[in-house]
Amino acid sequence: MGMHSDLVLSKSDGRPMYLQIMEQIKQRVAVGDWPRGEEIPSIRQLAVALSVSVITVKRAYLELEREGVIVTQHGKGSTVATDPLLEPRLYDQELEQHLDQAARLGNLLGLETGELESRLRQAADRLTQTTALEEVET
Amino acid sequence: MNGLAVQFAGVRKEYPHFTLDNVNLELPTGSIMGFIGANGAGKSTTLRILMGLVHQDRGAVQVLGFDMPAQQAVAKRDVGFVSEDMRLYGAATLAWHMAFIRSIYPSWDQAYAESLLKRFDLKAEQKLKKVSHGQRVKAALLLVLARRPRLLVLDEPTTGLDPVARHEVLHALMEALADERRTILFSSQNTLDVEQISDQITFIDRGRIIDSADKETFLERWRRLRLDVPPAVALPALPGIVETTSSGRLAVVTMNGYEPAVAAAYHDAGVTVQSVDSMTLEEIFVVNVQNRRERSVA
Repeated sequence: MGMHSDLVLSKSDGRPMYLQIMEQIKQRVAVGDWPRGEEIPSIRQLAVALSVSVITVKRAYLELEREGVIVTQHGKGSTVATDPLLEPRLYDQELEQHLDQAARLGNLLGLETGELESRLRQAADRLTQTTALEEVET
Repeated sequence: MNGLAVQFAGVRKEYPHFTLDNVNLELPTGSIMGFIGANGAGKSTTLRILMGLVHQDRGAVQVLGFDMPAQQAVAKRDVGFVSEDMRLYGAATLAWHMAFIRSIYPSWDQAYAESLLKRFDLKAEQKLKKVSHGQRVKAALLLVLARRPRLLVLDEPTTGLDPVARHEVLHALMEALADERRTILFSSQNTLDVEQISDQITFIDRGRIIDSADKETFLERWRRLRLDVPPAVALPALPGIVETTSSGRLAVVTMNGYEPAVAAAYHDAGVTVQSVDSMTLEEIFVVNVQNRRERSVA
């Protein structure tokens, strides 16, 4: 049971529930809570635990399988894939999503591509500074 | 049995001021269907026909493979029904009701009944006329769930419940479905509840089924598009458009049957697609019903 009790779905999050489930499973896999090659809850078990429909969890599992995050063997349940590139790829996808979002917002604000680039550089600089500060403090 | 727990084919029932017509429904075993409609849309009539409480004028109804209403006595052994006008004896306690149902149904699961009693925060020794509406609804559900029927038919199970009770009830329903041989059909005006736990969704309005599909297909088909339409460009009439509103250059198009090709079609017409948003079940339901009513007036 404990394996999936930490998934939390939000109804105020505008995205479809299957996407939320996918994202949370990817996070669990990325941080190693759901180890590679390990069995994960069955579709029905996870649906009951989260109180969401079986068809929603089924959709999330199908998409996760298509992306190579999990492997489903008919009649045997699902496991986390053993693909060694899994974790960097997950972060890479997340980065891609955030960049798309940034590009969209930039467009809304009427920013030129060059301005968008320099804003990203500023953000990277801020991160470097904060990290440096933390190192000084500790 | 054909893998369908419930099947309606061409069902009709006529009343002086209301007609339920051409109702076709298929509910696969192991899934849960949410039945959505406004007051007086025909939800309760449909559920009553399913239970053999009202007899259809025309059409075939099968429940767990049995013909209704002819074979209702056999079918109902494995069906649990809860409706708003559920008759419990107010002068008796919940414990009395539990003992009574247990004496009739050999499938009664006492351990499960006791765990539900705790989780639903019910007191077995209290007389039912003294308890709140929410407690009474939960008591009725307990009496049905503990029989472990293969089909649960629930007419508005979450109406009038406080948020905590609703959560408990939805969870108990999902738990019943942990056994994949069980099936649930429930009606509701609360689209959030339906969106959360249903596999299948059916919309009913004015005695007609206006849409019925699995939830993911359903939600995937509907999209709301925000468009930038330059002056002198006409918004192309694409198939599936249900509603269009515009002010100035901005137009919002609601569409049933969205696919990526739609964005390309707008692009070719010189229209910029600013966003493609998914819709909640509530938004879909409202647009759907309004659109149909407007067309029937026109």
